[in-house]
Amino acid sequence: MIILECPYCHEQRVEDELRYGGEANIQRATDPTAVSDEVWTDYLFMRTNPKGWRDEQWCCEAGCGQWFKVRRHSVSHAIETVARFDVVL
Amino acid sequence: MKPTDYSLFNLVRRGVWPGTAWPPAWRSVKPGLAYDVVIIGGGGHGLATAYYLAAQYGVSRVAVLEKGWIGGGNTGRNTTNVRSDYMFSESAALYDLGLRLYEGLADDINFNIMLSQRGWLTLIHDQHQLESARHKSNWLACNGVDGEIITRSAVKKMLPGLCIDDSARYPVLGAFLQKRGGTIRHDAVAWGFARAADRLGVDIIQNCEVTGLTMKGGRVAEVRTSLGSIACDRVGVAVAGHSSTITAMAGFGLPVTSYPLQAMVSEPVKPLLNHVVLSPGTGVYINQSQKGELVMGGVLDLYPSHAQRGNFPSIEKVVTAAVEMFPEFRQLRLMRHWAGIVDVVPDSSPILGATPVENLFINCGWGTGGFKAIPAGGLVLAHSLATGRTHPLAERFGLDRFRSNRLVDESAAAGIAH
Repeated sequence: MIILECPYCHEQRVEDELRYGGEANIQRATDPTAVSDEVWTDYLFMRTNPKGWRDEQWCCEAGCGQWFKVRRHSVSHAIETVARFDVVL
Repeated sequence: MKPTDYSLFNLVRRGVWPGTAWPPAWRSVKPGLAYDVVIIGGGGHGLATAYYLAAQYGVSRVAVLEKGWIGGGNTGRNTTNVRSDYMFSESAALYDLGLRLYEGLADDINFNIMLSQRGWLTLIHDQHQLESARHKSNWLACNGVDGEIITRSAVKKMLPGLCIDDSARYPVLGAFLQKRGGTIRHDAVAWGFARAADRLGVDIIQNCEVTGLTMKGGRVAEVRTSLGSIACDRVGVAVAGHSSTITAMAGFGLPVTSYPLQAMVSEPVKPLLNHVVLSPGTGVYINQSQKGELVMGGVLDLYPSHAQRGNFPSIEKVVTAAVEMFPEFRQLRLMRHWAGIVDVVPDSSPILGATPVENLFINCGWGTGGFKAIPAGGLVLAHSLATGRTHPLAERFGLDRFRSNRLVDESAAAGIAH
């Protein structure tokens, strides 16, 4: 069971109240027409999917609705950091 | 007939004559220094690849490297279901090849895989699902794959325990039925392919974890493992949820995310469910094993993980849905639950064949549906490893389809919400 404390509303949420929203730190090209197909494909589809520590986006879906970042271990499910988006992990 | 063949004659002979115990199904070997082909991953797909390499392509200097034990990964963790009711013609060709090879596999590999084509039912709960089922059955007819729509009364007759009256939360209008669908003893697939490959000279090396790949001139020169380095001409990768980990060692990425898919069984009871049934309403699918246990699977855990274990939120979702479908099941106790790590790609279709590394070929991306395709996945990977070219049936499933934007979107046929 994944339990996170939302960094915005500071409520504890269990995994059924949260929504996972993909790997963090994947940036859309600022000018999509200027980048190559390779860069665009990487942005759309390619994922690092590491076994170990991963930076992720989660949403406090059943609560305040804010998105935030989480550093979580993919084997132990341990949570290292929960942070707002303006924090660089 | 060899004395090690599994047959009634040998069973009687070894039962009667003393000192004729069965030899191990496959040898326990230490890895050699060099092979023509090294296959990373000793699950169903990897072992099938080794078997077809040796049996159909005459390549037998092959090693299969397995981090754990044979039958301990996804091949032994699924719900044992097989079917081939996929929509697009390229998917239908691939998955139906899988099912056709399964139909003849017990004879091919001299191992009883206990294929039971008891019929695979997808319930139809509303008008929209009825229309998509009609759409799908027309596609299947065009692809030459069997499948039909049956009425509510036929469903009632086939599934006497199913809650189908007005109190059902999801009303049942009928079902989509693939009669050739059913179940297979899943460990038998792993053990059978392992034994058959071993008898053709393939080395199966368990407890051997790949720790790195030594690259030379854009090729894999050596596979580094916990049991030493192994030189090879070609490398096949069939490691499902760990695919990104291996390809990162070779310096390229995949459009794969690893999720846990859970399954669970009840205590064994007398036969009460003769078919496999999936309810799109509850998202749960159930069949009864030959031992009598009810095998249940359902939702994908919607966050990535490499932990091969179940958890309580999913157990609750699956079990409550199962009891809603079959109220009698509330009397049963849950016996075991577990998870396998599946490799989900954006279009829910496999990734097969060539990679950016010249002598490394891949078989991954089957997501929640890899078991049903094991013989087909093995055959097409064996073709790549033996010839260096992609098998005609795998051409549409290359890794390059993400760059050329030619996805094969089978998210509906995958049967589970991704």
